[in-house]
This record gives sequence, structure tokens and C-alpha cells, in this order.
Amino acid sequence: MNKVFISGNHAFAEAAIRAGCHCYFGYPITPQNELGEYMADHMRRLDRVFIQSESETAAINMVIGGAATGARVMTSSSSPGISLKQEGISFLAGFELPAVIVNVMRGGPGLGNIAPAQGDYFQATRGGGHGDYRTPVFAPASVQEIADLTYNAFAVADRYRTPVMMLSDGMMGQMKEPVVFPEPVGKLPEKEWALKGRGEGPSRYLCSLILDAMEMERHNWKLVRKYGEIEKNETRYEEYMLDDAEIVVIAYGTTARIAKGAIKRVRKDGVKAGLLRPITLWPFPRKALYELANRIRQFVVFEMSTGQMLEDVQIALAGKADIVFHGRPGGVVPTPVEFARIIYREYQKTAKTQL
Amino acid sequence: MKLKNAWPKYYKKGVVTHYCPGCGHGIVHRIVAEVLEELDLGKRAICVNPAGCAVLAYLYFDFDVIESAHGRGTAIATGVKRSRPDLFVFTYQGDGDLSAIGTAETIHSANRGENICVIFINNAVYGMTGGQLAPTTLLNMKTTTTPLGRDPKYDGYPLHITDVVAQFPGVVYAERVAVDGPAGIRKTKKAITNAFKTQVDGLGYSIIEVLSPCPTNWKLSPVDSFKWVTEVMMNEFPLGVLTDKRARKE
Repeated sequence: MNKVFISGNHAFAEAAIRAGCHCYFGYPITPQNELGEYMADHMRRLDRVFIQSESETAAINMVIGGAATGARVMTSSSSPGISLKQEGISFLAGFELPAVIVNVMRGGPGLGNIAPAQGDYFQATRGGGHGDYRTPVFAPASVQEIADLTYNAFAVADRYRTPVMMLSDGMMGQMKEPVVFPEPVGKLPEKEWALKGRGEGPSRYLCSLILDAMEMERHNWKLVRKYGEIEKNETRYEEYMLDDAEIVVIAYGTTARIAKGAIKRVRKDGVKAGLLRPITLWPFPRKALYELANRIRQFVVFEMSTGQMLEDVQIALAGKADIVFHGRPGGVVPTPVEFARIIYREYQKTAKTQL
Repeated sequence: MKLKNAWPKYYKKGVVTHYCPGCGHGIVHRIVAEVLEELDLGKRAICVNPAGCAVLAYLYFDFDVIESAHGRGTAIATGVKRSRPDLFVFTYQGDGDLSAIGTAETIHSANRGENICVIFINNAVYGMTGGQLAPTTLLNMKTTTTPLGRDPKYDGYPLHITDVVAQFPGVVYAERVAVDGPAGIRKTKKAITNAFKTQVDGLGYSIIEVLSPCPTNWKLSPVDSFKWVTEVMMNEFPLGVLTDKRARKE
């Protein structure tokens, strides 16, 4: 077990290489450039494919081409670039092709800035592109988790034949932490459906065009059944100090990391706070939240946005508990002290009403 | 005389295409299937078909096909070929697909010298959507979005994208042909054979532009459409080899 000190962006790349990623296609955009640079440095030496494309649109379509041959493929970008990839992600979903897409989010809308933000939650969890589909979304909260989840993302993509989104931000991408990488993957799964030339067999095609409405509807419901399986098997979350908690923070990624600091802080003052951290944003850990609301009355949602995951929390809690939201959009990274103040304030309010 | 290859091996039998009477797609489809058979490439061929009239080409081609979003054909072909260099990869694209929405992909796949072939069908209009202005529409030509004819003041000039990419060092073979009659069809087949061999020999990018009739959207009879290709279209888009760097030493 070799522990290395490595940045989040490099960890995405190294984990992908170890997961057997055969092709990487990408276009430069800050704050994720180190990912593509790492790939440029390593992929060709390993006799694998690295192409710097002419645009994010081209990159995602190269991903489609690589995925169609059954190879494990990856692309990465940051918010504006991910918007450009949405057409291709919709096609991947329609084709049922596996691929891993990394979004190292930055402030927006528009060009925004290059500071860490979480404003692409809606885009990532609601499909993002056109048409009726979902994309599994993993939200790592440490560089170790970037490595582990990226490795896993390829397996999930292959298992369900679906694009998978890794949703992180400039903070996760840029910070360095010690990481133990998973062992390089052994045998990759056989892909019967991949295009390899017809050989002696019948010809095949991959298409998302289904002109017959009834047939298109069947395809849509087929996808829904698949998404149901993903919800059942792949929903992930972390519970932190929930056992005796009276107030619960919901946060993901960088924000969850900061929230943990805040919780440690308020615990010193006797505030029984805990954290539920969604690791998959879609599927969202709705059931876990709903059950938590049987014993918890007060929830606090922290995001580096104006309130996007907040809506999933509202849906999950279905009016069973109070929700307070605190967001810092635009690339502002909140501090543990800031979060601690809010947890403390809300906890006091609840305590007062209970008196 | 014995008829050879009465029905190409890689063209599905007993299928009626959706193409309009007099359309050039059927002719070019058949040529592609014939050349794949003659060069024994059908077993390892992957065609990237476009958004446009040829979006349904997979119903007729009897080799592996992947559909592309509008304009993205050469990016997908790049992904396929880079991932599996042993496969034979070509795109089949129309003028709107290749030289409007897909211009960036066309230019950059050509400039990278991807070892792929591009079959570029130029019929001077958007066929599938009902005959709108294409980058290749001739001056003064009437389309549904240039009802008074293409006016360069508003709509610019016919785009010669094959001439553009032919300038690139990465483009090894580029030729413009027309399926306007038996002689043109024979030349088209020869050009496509040259292009396919270029990839087989690992030399790089090739593009064959095929001037092709679209009677429905030109509002001409099939016979007049073929004449129009010869008499009018070729004046704007002269035929010939635009570049041939096959003899070049690397």
C-alpha cells in the first residue's frame, strides 16, 4: 500500500488509469487542467489514448466513439464546458453507453469565475441534456474519495450501461491530500453489445433515433427500470455523528467537509449536531432522510449555491421537519465558523421552542 | 457476360429505402457497400452516419453503424478509430452536417490527420428538414429559407469546405466527384476506393465530396436534377482531385 500526496485533479486521472480507462478526451478549462495534463503525461506512455479535442462538444463525441467500441473512456471539464457536453451526455444515455464525466465545478452562470462552487447540481442530477434520462452522480468529499469513487464510477457505468458524472469543485480538484490508490483493475467486463465490426456475424448498429412513438416510449420505460435498479443498489451516503443528533446538517462535497469542522466545533458547546452527507446526488438518499425525519425535527442545508440540493431535501423530508438553508454561491468558500454559527443559532431556536 | 456482384454483400437485401425518387444517397450507399466488399473491409467496418436524410443508413448498410448527433460524425469516428485502430472507420455526412454545424469537428479531425474517411454528400440544401439554406447553397438558389434566392449580402457565399481541408498537411486525399450519370458514378466509385485504401494503408485522412441530386427540395424532376448537377452545380463546385499526398514520404 503506497500512500501518495496528490491533488484531486491528479487523483481523478490516476484512479481512472487504474480503473482501466483506455481513452481520455478533453479540452482545457480551469480549475481542472491538471487532470488532462496528467492524462497527457501518462496515457500515451501506457499505449492508451489521449486527445486534446477542439472543444468540449468534440470531446464528448469522441467519448461516444470510444465507448461504442467497448473501451472505458473518460472526459473532464468544468461548469461552462460541462454545459457544452450535455448534448453528448444525452446521446450516451440514449445509446446506453458507459462513460465517466468529471465536472470540477466553478462559479457561474456564464463564464462566472474559477473559484469552487456547487451551482451545477440541478444540471448534474436532473439529466442536464435534453430528453428523459438520469445520470448517476458521485460527489467526493476528499481526495481519497475522489480516487475510490472514480474507480467505482467506471464499474457502475459498465454495469448499467450509463454515463456517470463525478461532481466535484475547484476546491476538491486543487487540494492535495494523502491517498492510497486502489490496485489496477484486472480483467475488464466483456461487452457483448460493443461495436467491433460485424466479422462473421450479423451487422449491428447503435442509434438513439426511434421514430415510432410507441417504441420510443418502450425505450424510455426501459431506461426508467434501469434507473430504478440504480436507485436500489447504488445510493450512497455517509452518516456522521447522527446517533444522538438533534439537529442534522445535509451537505455534500467540499461543503460537507466544512460542515464536519463546524459540527466538531458546536459539539464542544454541547450542541448535538450531526451530518448526513449524500455521496450519490442522484440517486439521492431520499429514504435515509425521510427515516431520519422520524426522530429529527431540525435540518440545515449547506451548499455553495443559492439552494439546489435543498429541493431534493425538501422532497425527501416531505414537510416532516423544518429546513433552514444557508448558501454561499459565486465561488465563495464558507468557513467552519460561519457554519457553526448557523447550526448554533438554529439549535438554540429549537431548544427555546421546546421549552 | 456474367454479372458480378449483382447485389453487394454489405447492402441489406429486400429493403426499400426511404429516399425520394432520384435521390443520390441510394447510389452512393451502393458504391460504399461495393467498395467495402471489393477491399474486403465489411467485416471490420464501422460507419458513423449523420443526422440528416442518411440518419437511417443503418437500415440499409449491412455492416456496423453508429449514429451521430448533428455534425459530430468525425469526432465520434476519432473516438472509434483511436480506441480501435484495427477497425475501418468512415463517416457519411451531408453538407449541413459537415460544413455548418460540424465545421469545427470537420476541420480539426482533418487537421489532426485522423486515419479515417469522410464521405461528404453535397446536395446544396438541408434535405431532411425540408430544403433550407445550406452553406453549400448556390447564389440566387431558392430554398425555403431563401425564398428570393441566396443573396450574398444576407446569406454569404457557397462554402467550399473540401477545398479548405485539402490544404491541410494531415489531409492525404481529397476529391470532388458527382453521381450525375454512369461516368460520374464510376469516377465516384474510384474516388471512394482511393479514399478507403488511404486509410487501409495507414496514410491518414481522406474526404470525398459527392455532388448529389435532391429532386424533392430542388423542385425538379429526377432527370432534370441529374442535369442540374452537371450543368449548374459543377460550375460552382468543379470536380477533380483537390489533394493527393499518398506518395508523400513521412
